[in-house]
Amino acid sequence: MSVMNKSAKKDASPILSVRDLKVHFPISSKGLFAPDRQLKAVDGVNFDLYPGETLGVVGESGCGKSTLGRAILQLIPPTDGQVAWLGKNIVGAPHRDMQPLRRDLQIIFQDPLASLNPRMTIGEIIAEPLVTHKPELGKEEIKARVKRMMARVGLLPQMINRYPHEFSGGQCQRIGIARAMILEPKLIVCDEPVSALDVSIQAQIVNLLQELQREFDLSLIFISHDLSIVRHICHRIMVLYLGNVAELADRDSIYAAPRHPYTKALISAVPIPDPEIERNKERIVLTGDLPSPLSPPSGCVFRTRCPFAKDKCAQEPPVLERVSDSQEVACHFHDSI
Amino acid sequence: MTTNHILTVENLTTRFQTPDGEVEAVNNVNFHIDPGETLGVVGESGSGKTQIFLSLMGLLAKNGASTGSVRYKDKEILNLQPRELNKIRGVSMSMIFQDPMTSLNPFLKISRQMTEVLVEHRGMSESDALARAITMLDRVGIPGAAQRVHMYPHEFSGGMRQRVMIAMALLCDPEVLIADEPTTALDVTVQAQILDLLRDLQTDFNTATVMITHDLGVVAGLCDRVMVMYGGRVVETGSVSDIYYDSHHPYTEGLLKSMPRIDRADEESLFAIPGQPPNLQNLPKGCAYQERCEYVFDRCCAERPLLREFGNGRASACFREDDK
Ligand SMILES: Nc1ncnc2c1ncn2[C@@H]1O[C@H](COP(=O)(O)OP(=O)(O)OP(=O)(O)O)[C@@H](O)[C@H]1O
Ligand SMILES: Nc1ncnc2c1ncn2[C@@H]1O[C@H](COP(=O)(O)OP(=O)(O)O)[C@@H](O)[C@H]1O
Ligand code: SF4
Ligand code: SF4
Ligand SMILES: [Mg+2]
Ligand SMILES: [Mg+2]
Repeated sequence: MSVMNKSAKKDASPILSVRDLKVHFPISSKGLFAPDRQLKAVDGVNFDLYPGETLGVVGESGCGKSTLGRAILQLIPPTDGQVAWLGKNIVGAPHRDMQPLRRDLQIIFQDPLASLNPRMTIGEIIAEPLVTHKPELGKEEIKARVKRMMARVGLLPQMINRYPHEFSGGQCQRIGIARAMILEPKLIVCDEPVSALDVSIQAQIVNLLQELQREFDLSLIFISHDLSIVRHICHRIMVLYLGNVAELADRDSIYAAPRHPYTKALISAVPIPDPEIERNKERIVLTGDLPSPLSPPSGCVFRTRCPFAKDKCAQEPPVLERVSDSQEVACHFHDSI
Repeated sequence: MTTNHILTVENLTTRFQTPDGEVEAVNNVNFHIDPGETLGVVGESGSGKTQIFLSLMGLLAKNGASTGSVRYKDKEILNLQPRELNKIRGVSMSMIFQDPMTSLNPFLKISRQMTEVLVEHRGMSESDALARAITMLDRVGIPGAAQRVHMYPHEFSGGMRQRVMIAMALLCDPEVLIADEPTTALDVTVQAQILDLLRDLQTDFNTATVMITHDLGVVAGLCDRVMVMYGGRVVETGSVSDIYYDSHHPYTEGLLKSMPRIDRADEESLFAIPGQPPNLQNLPKGCAYQERCEYVFDRCCAERPLLREFGNGRASACFREDDK
């Protein structure tokens, strides 16, 4: 059972509310007197996340997925907007206010080995958040908890004194998950957690994340460029394009009836491991590459690759509009295409 | 014996010498490929896919050596001297890689990198070579090819660099194109463009293509035949429909089952192959898949299953079949 009871979810209040979040990076220009330019990596994102829910964030490389994830955790200072954690805005919160929140907010990364300190044993790596946040527990209790967590994520507890390089990619990702889980957080941002892993290992890690989610009522933000995995693990999906939300919808709505041309193209581009279906399916092949985020197109940012673009698209940026209970779309012509 | 195989590989074994001992990366691999055919090579990371093709292209790392036989048409090419090999490599047989920068020189303009091989191998004049380079860039969908040919690799996006590399590989109309995870680093949208391109090229030039990938979706859309690798060995081979609809080997079956599907709303957890890929330095006695196989029985741990032919180019290396 990977889909939670939707009514239960909507009854609760969101644990995370993101409003008009922007992250603009200043890019220094070449000329001495030329003004600095802004790279709008995230440009006005809104969503709520509920306890026990997984939100998928998808889009092409460079569309702003990781920046969004980091800005939510305040690992990158947002340029503008709000991130409310349990109802309280944490943007610009002083360090001493953030410190206790760090317990609830964790992150795991794509490159499992590179994200682990090579000079620490895996026991030390997994224990680190406990040592920082709950030093009162004492050595023995911390060690016991680390061993319990290792067993829980499928690592042999007797490996506690080994170093990261002695582990495979999949095992390193389990170490990363154990470290993220050790404080029993409420939210984990998973930034491409399985992209670097082989198919067979990918399935193990995805299943582990789902089990942990059910056991601890975890909320997940699952960043990925693999729309097949996202369909499997996420309850809701946000499609980003050049820092803007193109579509935000429940899993079933978005895969059964994508409304934004970009979502349609993304979904139709994913190869299906069935020769009959793959060779006969309908496809929308996008032409060209993602435009430079330093000079995004006017109006709708997707218009340079959109097969349906009209004059209006160059003039006015579409706003994210609710088209049903479970689906929001940013396209002027979502009704007619 | 004459066949119409363009490439015939027999008993290819590749070993590396390391401080920790010998690694057998490729073990007794046999296959062939015909003109116009696309062979998919799948398997987990470290299963030996890349090393097979680096061996036959004479591109192995210094600590590696191969035995066996590789024939291009009727000519033995395994372990040829570089001077001899260069008459074939990049001319009749080309290879493209996951990271285009392994084949592109960052300090040279694309024009220079593309014309060199034509001038050298085809005896073309500089201007004819440049025209041919522009035609090929245009063919792989680089807009403004006539101007862009004078740019440096870093001035292209990842997807465009991949196209440039494909254009370079196709300059001399190779009869065999080996593509090693050419789309793994690309977004699905750009991957779709590159796969379309490879399909078109095949129709236009009848190139024999090898597609090395871990993505069974890519193979499903592109390939005629499939070779599944595990622990340096071929464990199953057959036509694309045999492999997808009637696989014999438990590993192939496991791989297919563990792929999440975008066209399905699965409610249950994914099928996961338990355990880890094997350590080539320390393969178990018997079947390399025994520790992860749900059908394992006594014989699998005592004896190594050999590839057994079922006719029609189908083969599988598993004892489960014998007992049926
Ligand atoms: N120079 C080398 N020295 C020692 N071992 C090597 C060397 N090159 C490759 N190997 C080993 O050979 C085996 C096969 O490598 P290969 O690169 O063919 O795998 P692959 O299936 O293509 O993997 P991937 O999908 O990660 O590229 C691996 O176990 C690898 O570690
Ligand atoms: N520190 C930075 N300075 C300038 N640009 C940045 C920085 N970090 C990210 N970017 C740019 O922001 C955009 C979004 O990046 P990112 O969120 O990392 O994309 P992805 O979706 O691949 O994770 C990209 O164009 C990237 O180059
Ligand atoms: S607003 Fe216009 S350009 Fe943008 S997605 Fe809709 S039709 Fe395409
Ligand atoms: S030989 Fe035995 S262990 Fe190997 S794949 Fe077949 S059944 Fe499984
Ligand atoms: Mg990223
Ligand atoms: Mg490889």
